[in-house]
Amino acid sequence: MTAAGDILEVRAAPRLPRLNLGRAGRWAFAAAAPVLLLAVWQALYALGVVRPILLPPPTRIAATLWSLIASGELPRHVGVSALRVLEGFALSASLALALGVAIGLSRTLDRFLDLLIQLVKPIPPIAWIPLAILWFGIGEEAKVYIIVVGGFFPILINTIDGIRQTDTRFVELAKLLEVPRWKFIRQVVLPGALPPIMSGLRIGLNVSWMCVVAAELIAASSGIGYLIMDARQLSQTDVVLAGMATMGVLGKLTDDALRLVERRLITWRTSFGGV
Amino acid sequence: MANADVTVQRLTKRYGTNGRTVTALSGIDLTIRAGSVVSIVGSSGCGKSTLLRIVAGLDTDYEGTAALGGARIRGPGLDRGMVFQEHRLLPWLTVEQNIAFGLNGLGAAETRRRVEEHLELVGLAAFARAYPGQLSGGMSQRVAIARALANRPEVLLLDEPFGALDALTRIQMQQEVLRIWQADRTTMILVTHDIDEAIYLGDDVVVMSARPGTVRTVIPVELPRPRDRNSQPFAEIRKRIHAEFFGDGSAGTAYVI
Repeated sequence: MTAAGDILEVRAAPRLPRLNLGRAGRWAFAAAAPVLLLAVWQALYALGVVRPILLPPPTRIAATLWSLIASGELPRHVGVSALRVLEGFALSASLALALGVAIGLSRTLDRFLDLLIQLVKPIPPIAWIPLAILWFGIGEEAKVYIIVVGGFFPILINTIDGIRQTDTRFVELAKLLEVPRWKFIRQVVLPGALPPIMSGLRIGLNVSWMCVVAAELIAASSGIGYLIMDARQLSQTDVVLAGMATMGVLGKLTDDALRLVERRLITWRTSFGGV
Repeated sequence: MANADVTVQRLTKRYGTNGRTVTALSGIDLTIRAGSVVSIVGSSGCGKSTLLRIVAGLDTDYEGTAALGGARIRGPGLDRGMVFQEHRLLPWLTVEQNIAFGLNGLGAAETRRRVEEHLELVGLAAFARAYPGQLSGGMSQRVAIARALANRPEVLLLDEPFGALDALTRIQMQQEVLRIWQADRTTMILVTHDIDEAIYLGDDVVVMSARPGTVRTVIPVELPRPRDRNSQPFAEIRKRIHAEFFGDGSAGTAYVI
């Protein structure tokens, strides 16, 4: 080997193994993990390791899912829960965004509300359920209230943080160029805060789904949480798992929707995609 | 403005850190004539950037005076434009939006006209709709220059503007700045640690020494532009500046490898 070859070899950075797959290949690769889990699960059933009454096999859950969909029962529950999430999330997002921007921009408001926020934030949304039932009864309002409480804080905190992270070099630049306050907020502060705000919204939506199920588990006559709780009382483990699987899929799909919005809004960012 | 000279008199700047006082600048006296280009060279820590920030109005806590056109500098103003070492373009705004960022209260038509004029000036008209992430380092810095000039400032302050660029792009940018200066004769104060750059662009080269930052000497560059970096007179001036930093030239041999 020549001297030059040696140098080139030294300079070649150690590379982590990386698969180069096409679009379909990547999709199949991503689907492999859940498929593998289902296969192992099914095998455990086939080998008689687990008792079907405690953990029914994926095939039976699939059959149950299908009959729940065909009977219209599952779509009805999903519709009820989704509406609650939509209402609650829309409300918590608008409240938290408005308050978060206000607190982020105003030192005074931040000092005034900081302690209160720190004290109320750690209270789990579930702990609000008894009070919500006393206040609103077991109607829709109680569930929506729980969702609002749950989604509010992650969105609020991320919005405040995002605004506080405004690059001081841009603040200096705006000062030099005598940029008016409103233009500064619109063109510097808000776009800069958008990535954390979007993260907050995604976490908030995720929490909203958790809250709707929690609220429905305790006091409801419809919704996915109710479906799961009702099936538990009848020891219909397959329905419980079908309900849980539905939650997983719904959570992923709504998160995908927000990620799409994020990608549309933040076209300028080139983020780290992993090694 | 009748006389837009930048005058700095007995300027002293002290920082207080952990109970200790550090003198960054001490007794600086400088007059920068309107329409001239003055380069300020010095090693890092000599306070040259601090001096520029004071003239920009970003630092108002100092002793002595810094004035533009006879009026004391009390804060930032549109009569001074600034270009930093990093381009400081807003990544979510297009090139034209970035230039318009500093144009306020001019009306839509005039803003449009200024943006186009300055895009043309830095030769980036074709990139009006591009985002900073799509530009090279040199192009980004040209946009930053356009943004700083769009308000038609009396003085353009350049704080090591090409320090982060590769050597070839840097020379291109120096030629570009020279062309812009020859077109509109805006006063320029260029802070740099590149001696050739200082000589190539400056009417005068202010040599600073560090701790505390003082003006060691001011060397006039009386050469016609564009200057040939390899000419004998250019080399003479370079040698004089080297001598200011490293002694009378003999010490310079230590750097010959």
